[in-house]
Amino acid sequence: MASLTIFPSSSAFIKKDVSLSAFSSQPSFYVKSSKKRVCKKIASVMAPQQSERKPSTTGSVKTGLTLTEKILARASEKTQLVPGENVWVNVDILMTHDVCGPGAFGIFKKEFGENAKVWDREKVVIIPDHYIFTTDERANRNVDILRDFCTEQNIKYFYDIKDLGNFKANPDYKGVCHVALAQEGHCRPGEVLLGTDSHTCTAGAFGQFATGIGNTDAGFVLGTGKLLLKVPPTLRFVMDGEMPDYLLAKDLILQIIGEISVAGATYKAMEFVGTTVESLTMEERMTLCNMVVEAGGKNGVVPADNTTYKYLEEKTNLPYEPVYSDGQARFLQEYKFDVSKLEPLVAKPHSPDNRALARECKDVKIDRVYIGSCTGGKTEDFMAAAKVFLASGKKVKVPTFLVPATQKVWMDVYSLPVPGSGGKTCSQIFEEAGCDTPASPSCGACLGGPRDTYARMNEPQVCVSTTNRNFPGRMGHKEGQVYLASPYTAAASALTGFVTDPREFLQ
Amino acid sequence: MAAAATTFSEHSAFKLVSCRPNSSSLTAFSSLKLPFAANSPNYSFKAWKSQLNPQRHHRITSPLRSTTTTPDAASTVTTFHGLCYVVGDNIDTDQIIPAEYLTLVPSNPVEYEKLGSYALIGLPSSYETRFIDPGEIKSKYSIVIGGDNFGCGSSREHAPVALGASGVAAVVAESYARIFFRNSVATGEVYPVESEGKPCKECKTGDVVTIELGESDSKLINHTSGKEYKLKPIGDAGPVIEAGGIFAYARKTGMIPSR
Repeated sequence: MASLTIFPSSSAFIKKDVSLSAFSSQPSFYVKSSKKRVCKKIASVMAPQQSERKPSTTGSVKTGLTLTEKILARASEKTQLVPGENVWVNVDILMTHDVCGPGAFGIFKKEFGENAKVWDREKVVIIPDHYIFTTDERANRNVDILRDFCTEQNIKYFYDIKDLGNFKANPDYKGVCHVALAQEGHCRPGEVLLGTDSHTCTAGAFGQFATGIGNTDAGFVLGTGKLLLKVPPTLRFVMDGEMPDYLLAKDLILQIIGEISVAGATYKAMEFVGTTVESLTMEERMTLCNMVVEAGGKNGVVPADNTTYKYLEEKTNLPYEPVYSDGQARFLQEYKFDVSKLEPLVAKPHSPDNRALARECKDVKIDRVYIGSCTGGKTEDFMAAAKVFLASGKKVKVPTFLVPATQKVWMDVYSLPVPGSGGKTCSQIFEEAGCDTPASPSCGACLGGPRDTYARMNEPQVCVSTTNRNFPGRMGHKEGQVYLASPYTAAASALTGFVTDPREFLQ
Repeated sequence: MAAAATTFSEHSAFKLVSCRPNSSSLTAFSSLKLPFAANSPNYSFKAWKSQLNPQRHHRITSPLRSTTTTPDAASTVTTFHGLCYVVGDNIDTDQIIPAEYLTLVPSNPVEYEKLGSYALIGLPSSYETRFIDPGEIKSKYSIVIGGDNFGCGSSREHAPVALGASGVAAVVAESYARIFFRNSVATGEVYPVESEGKPCKECKTGDVVTIELGESDSKLINHTSGKEYKLKPIGDAGPVIEAGGIFAYARKTGMIPSR
């Protein structure tokens, strides 16, 4: 059992040994002070400079590495490295989409030449997903730009869409990039996956190093297959206990972000371990890692195990080699949670760290509910929502928008039976509950998008959403108020017309 | 001089100049943003513009790195000067450039300008003085002063690009979100400066400020209030910024071939 080890010289960052047990509603003095201290200490952009550690004279004592450090060491062909070090890393997969792809390609061509070829046509995965089902001409043009580049470069994995009127008429089209990457087997333990999207960290659920980068960095990777990355120190989150049946991974990550703040993990890796994490499905692990960036995290990781291998079985032929944190690995901080003490949460407007108990927001009247996105639009997210609607048997009191993340999720929503329903599918349950018809798969209104985006918030309304950010204007209207929540909480709220703890229906 | 200046379109400013005699790294980096070659490596394009357009203050660089080794004069000082626009903590990328404008492709010169015209349009209406005046496409503020976690949220490179395209030369923040910081360094669009403490609490939008980045110490001078604030050294990103961005740095260190 890994003991709590604090990274020596960076204890200047966070002086307290932050061992938290799960908190209930009392905002304790402890939480307030550590939050304030953490905020102040995150001021430094640079990780503390470490002098290179030398092996002992016998050569047999080595510094233990964390999972993240090991991946970066292997990818940079080093045997040792320390947090704070900048290393050139070999990239296994580069992903881009319709918003950032065109810019990245522009830079690639400017820097490497009009006739330059990408470093590896099988390692670039191009996934249009952000602004797809819209009449916005520039948005449509951007998908064309992706296509032209893929044709010219003979890119192997391009999940194209041409017929915008009928997503099903596009055999290659997938939908939301982070979910597609997982479903198509591009996420493998031990690898380095970079993407031009902040939620690329989702793939860390597979025990790999995955993080978001910008167009310029992506242009560089396109030409070289490498990038200069700074090795992050790791924060370890130990979650133990049986997951209560009204809680989902979304509640766990909202708990954590509320604890450490939106800058609590800046430049750091977040490693999730413990019996609770081990009990999570791959999709739940993806939800957990997805919002690492909302705490400022560089990447999130869940160590690979049988759950991971099973998921990957039918999906990838490529060999992979998982890595794990050494027993002697040094962690910057360790946080412990007793999951059985946690309750369903929301993040109130306008910050993902504005944590509150769902039950304490029951007087907040809402105007709409949105269930979708890489965070909360996967198959299991819809199954979870359906479970709540089924338990209630009633109809929703507010417009409830459902946007499956990918084609596959959409098909699952229409075909998989929901346990305890006597064979009904999610779609049937949603229909009976009076939800909107599940829409074409894409990122949808999670980030607002072009004005005609389905479910975009064009008026100042209050929305409970299974998405990942709620800064001002996130879903469209600047004065819109977004409460981030789990699919259980979102469904429960839809049924009452107020922010609602799902235990109202699940117990 | 005027003729040379007019060959450069508005967006062609290379934001950061470390004035050295042979700035091949400079040219390489400026080609990142320019459709045509830069042929005045020792001058900041923005300095040209400010000479023609005196009321729009941009960055003034003092080319102090000479070939001599006189102790004081040999230190490189980068300065930025202009009006500042003050914002708070956690200014996320949706406030810097709302998602609906992300259909604009930054590497397209016309769309680059358009992005600039929307910079910080996402700030709530509680910000009564807007960053860009109605009807204008550029901002009169060349320095943004922010609090904690500036640029949090998305990885969209459109964020530092929009700020740069609107006329911002540097941002001074208490801390940055990592992807925004990285993108600022990689593109060279805005120089991300870190402050000690929170000058955003005391500075007011419209104050005239100067940022002085020296080798041993750096400071923010508020001429309107008369106060000075300590700034932090750039740290690891220094060599990359100095080389002229990630591509120039990679060429310089032999990671990719020179052009």
